[in-house]
This record gives sequence, C-alpha cells and structure tokens, in this order.
Amino acid sequence: MSIKIENLACAYNIGTPSVYAALRGVSVTIERGEWLSVVGHTGSGKSTLAQHLNALLIPQSGSVEIDGVSVTPKTKSLRNLRKKVGLVFQYPEMQFFSESVREEIEFAPLNWGAGKDELDDIVKDAAASVGLGEELLAANPFSLSGGQKRRVAVASVIAVKPDYLVLDEPTAGLDAAGIRELMALLGRIRASGVAVVQVTHDLQSALEHSDRLLVLEEGVSVSEGTIEETAEFLLKNPVRGLVIPPLVRFAAGLRDKGLNLPLTSEVGAIVKALEEYRGTLNNETV
Amino acid sequence: MKLFSGISLGQFIPGDSFIHNLDPRCKIICVFSIIGGLFAASRVADFIMWAALLLVICGLSRVSVRVVIRSARPVIFLMLITVLLNLFLTPGRDMARIGFLRITYEGVYLASEMGLRLFFLVVFASMLMMTTSPMSFSDGTERLLSPLAVVGFPASEMAMMMTIALRFIPTLLEETDRILKAQISRGVDFESGGLLKRARSFIPVLIPLFILVFQRAENLAVAMESRCYVPGRKRARLSALKWSRADTLTLAAVIAVITAIIVIDRNIDSILHLISL
Repeated sequence: MSIKIENLACAYNIGTPSVYAALRGVSVTIERGEWLSVVGHTGSGKSTLAQHLNALLIPQSGSVEIDGVSVTPKTKSLRNLRKKVGLVFQYPEMQFFSESVREEIEFAPLNWGAGKDELDDIVKDAAASVGLGEELLAANPFSLSGGQKRRVAVASVIAVKPDYLVLDEPTAGLDAAGIRELMALLGRIRASGVAVVQVTHDLQSALEHSDRLLVLEEGVSVSEGTIEETAEFLLKNPVRGLVIPPLVRFAAGLRDKGLNLPLTSEVGAIVKALEEYRGTLNNETV
Repeated sequence: MKLFSGISLGQFIPGDSFIHNLDPRCKIICVFSIIGGLFAASRVADFIMWAALLLVICGLSRVSVRVVIRSARPVIFLMLITVLLNLFLTPGRDMARIGFLRITYEGVYLASEMGLRLFFLVVFASMLMMTTSPMSFSDGTERLLSPLAVVGFPASEMAMMMTIALRFIPTLLEETDRILKAQISRGVDFESGGLLKRARSFIPVLIPLFILVFQRAENLAVAMESRCYVPGRKRARLSALKWSRADTLTLAAVIAVITAIIVIDRNIDSILHLISL
C-alpha cells in the first residue's frame, strides 16, 4: 500500500502570459509508516505536489496512484481517497470556523458519515493523540496558543484515521517549543503506522526527523534519499533557498578532518558519535 | 477541482506594450468614452466594430484575446439572467413558444443586444485593469478627480479605497481557494445535494474568510498608520504622471473611432442605401 507518483507535471495560468510550470516530471513513492520530507525553496512546487497527494489537484500529465487507485478526472471515489490522505494546510488555524475545539475536531468525521454515538470517542481519541486535554474540548479554538491551534488542526484531520498525513509547512509561525511539540507528535503518528509527508523549507527539522527526503528545485526532483544522502547532496550541490543547518556543516567539517560523523541535524546522533570517538581515543591512549 | 483558477477580473498583467506604457489618465478616459459609446451605439451590427476595436487594443497590449474574453467569466451569471429576462419578457411578434414561455423576434434582438453590451462593458473595463497597475490606476483616478476637491470631493481617499479593493481581489480569491480546498480535504462536499445543503456547506468557508478579511483590514490599517498615512494629505509621488504625445494621439484615435461607430449606427440605413446604389 503506497502513493505512487510518476512523471507528474502541473502548470498554472495556462493560456495567460503569467503561465508557469509548478511541477515538471516529478516521481516519488510514499510507503505507509514512513516519514518523507519534501523540501525546496518557495515556488519549487512543494505545495502543488501536496495537493496532488490528496487528490485536490488532478494530474495534468503523469500519474498519481493512491493505494492502487489512479487519480483521474473520471475517478468516482475522490472523496474516499481524500479520507485516506489527510492534508493539513499551511496555517490551518486560519480555516477554523467552529465555536469549540470539539466541534472543530468532529467536523471531518461528520462529513464522512460518522454516527453521533461514536463521535465522542472519535473526538477524545484524536484530541488525546495530539496531546490535547479533555478540558480544552469546550474551549474556543481561536483563544488557544499557536502550538495548541496547530494541534487542533492536526487532530481535526487525523480524526478520520487517514493512512497518510500530509502537512504543508507545519512549522510555519510556531516558536521553538511549538515546533518540538509538533515534531514529537508527528513521530508518534508515524509510529502508529501512518505515513507522514512533511512539506517544508525548514531543512533543520527535515534533516532531523525524516526517513527520506525529496528535494525539489524549480518543479524538478533533484535528489531523493536518506538524511545522510540528502545532506551529502546538498553540501555538494547547494539548492537556492535551502540553508544547510550549522550542525550538518559542523559534522561535514569534522568529516573532512577524518572524523566519521553522521550528517544529520539531530544533536543526539552527533553527541553519540563524538562519545564513541572519545572512547576510541581513550582505548588508544591506554 | 477547478475553483477560482482562471478568474482574471481586476488582475494586472505586467507588460511593456504600447498600451501598458500609456498614461493611466488616457486609458481611463478612453475606457469611459468607450463605455459611453457602447450605450450610444449598440445595435447588434455595431458590435462587429466594437469587437474590431477590442482586437486592435489586444494586439497593442500583447494580452491574448482568450485571457480578455475569460475576464467576463465572473459576470456570466448576470449576463445569462439579463439575456433570459429580455428573451422571454420582451413583447413583439411571436417567434417560438416553449410551454407558457413566449420568444419574440424583438426579444431575441434585445437579448443579443443587452448580452453583447454587458460583455463588451466588462471586457473593456478588464482591459484597463489588465494593462494598468493598481498604483498607477489610483494615481490616474486621483488626478482626474482632483478638480472636484474644490467642492469637497475626497478624490485621494476614493482613489485609495479603489486601489485597496482592486489590490485585494486576487488575494481574497486565493485565500478563498485555499479555504475551500482545506474544507474539501476535510470531507465537505460542495457539489452534491440540494440548494439548501450546498448553501450550508459554504458556512465553513465564509466564517474563516470573514475573519481573515477583518484581520487583513486591521493589519493594513496598522501598516498605513505606521507609515503616517493621513487621509486627504498631499503626498509626493515616486513617479510623476507624464502625459505624452502618444497619449494625445491615442485619445484622439479612440474618440474618432467611437464617433465613427456612432455616426455609422445613426446613419446605417442611408449608408446601406448608398452601397446598394
């Protein structure tokens, strides 16, 4: 079970002087239970790709297949596909309209025909899985903090139990604590078997948490691989708008001096590698 | 799903054409003259000449005819209503009957005339907006309305309000599209069910949109205030408007064409009689 994208191309404003190609032949496969980060500069086609994953956009050329079902203008089950692939838009709190967190979370399940008797359990489960206490269910979503609002938005999407969760710039507008909370939450969601697709230009968080990264530049996929492979690629081939985190530069610098450090922005992994190196040095001294 | 893509009403298309480079005052006067002309000469046959004028302007502005025609899409419903009302409610000689509805020859003529007039009104106005940036449109309007300041007319405030409204049309369409898509991905079905169900399904779109509009308005007000905007106060301009010979010639040419169309319209019978001789 996976989302398969082959040679996907998409252009906007076709037939106008401002026509531009957002995607030009992108191919990628997303397996359930993995964390894929799609990184690229503003206008690289990330958000367009995200909307194809959720069947909000239909391929103009190339193909998108969600769990074996092709997304075409004639596909009758587009709503079912959208239930499988939850999409959290950038600044999702701007789409709130309910007077309570409970109503906001139960909105999607109700749209997909959840019964009144099961709603309470669905809302409580979704709220608990994003770390929202029951006391917040009656609160007005507009009165919450930025991090809490973002968690309500995620809860309102995962309440229908999607198999894939796509998030467009999920860290935008959050402070450091909010980002940490959100990444921990996404880690838990991924651990439950749901694929997490993080669309971002925040290389720091992508190089810390993902299983794989897809790098887009001007609508073209220029690299696809693990954190290590992507960091190596970006060090050799800088991509406009993507700033390599200082920790990765630090690790790459020490690598050049002969220390075999992992190219990641995860502090723990670097510290562990340095401790192992210290152990080796101590043994050699003894 | 195609939502608001392709809507080009009020959108400026940057370019470096002859029309783009004209003084905004010239373009505004030309378009208002054309609109006046459309009311003065709107026989169905006259629209061939109005279409020819539109094609010439499209060519000089390097904006594709398709894009200009597409700009009438947002008012297509209004055009349809106008055409249908005229088609079925105009008295005259019977042409056809559909149940209790009666179509007359006069109705067909009037419906075509009204539909075409509305269409040309919209596309000529769109042409102005497509080739004039909001800032220069605002400058042009302000300068044209400035003589009215002596009778207390708030010309600069009016121009600023128009600029802001025009500037935010594409932004709000984009935001609406985003909210619609977000609610579709949360399972809202805008395409099925009865009229009431469909209308109700737009509540989750309208509420966030209103909130967003008010937030944007507040941010804009703060931004303007922090940059010392005082209504009515005289301000220096980064680029002063300059009326050139090309503007005078263009205005003269447009007025000549409009006059010619009106003269032809008024004397079409005599002209046809002369041709037949």
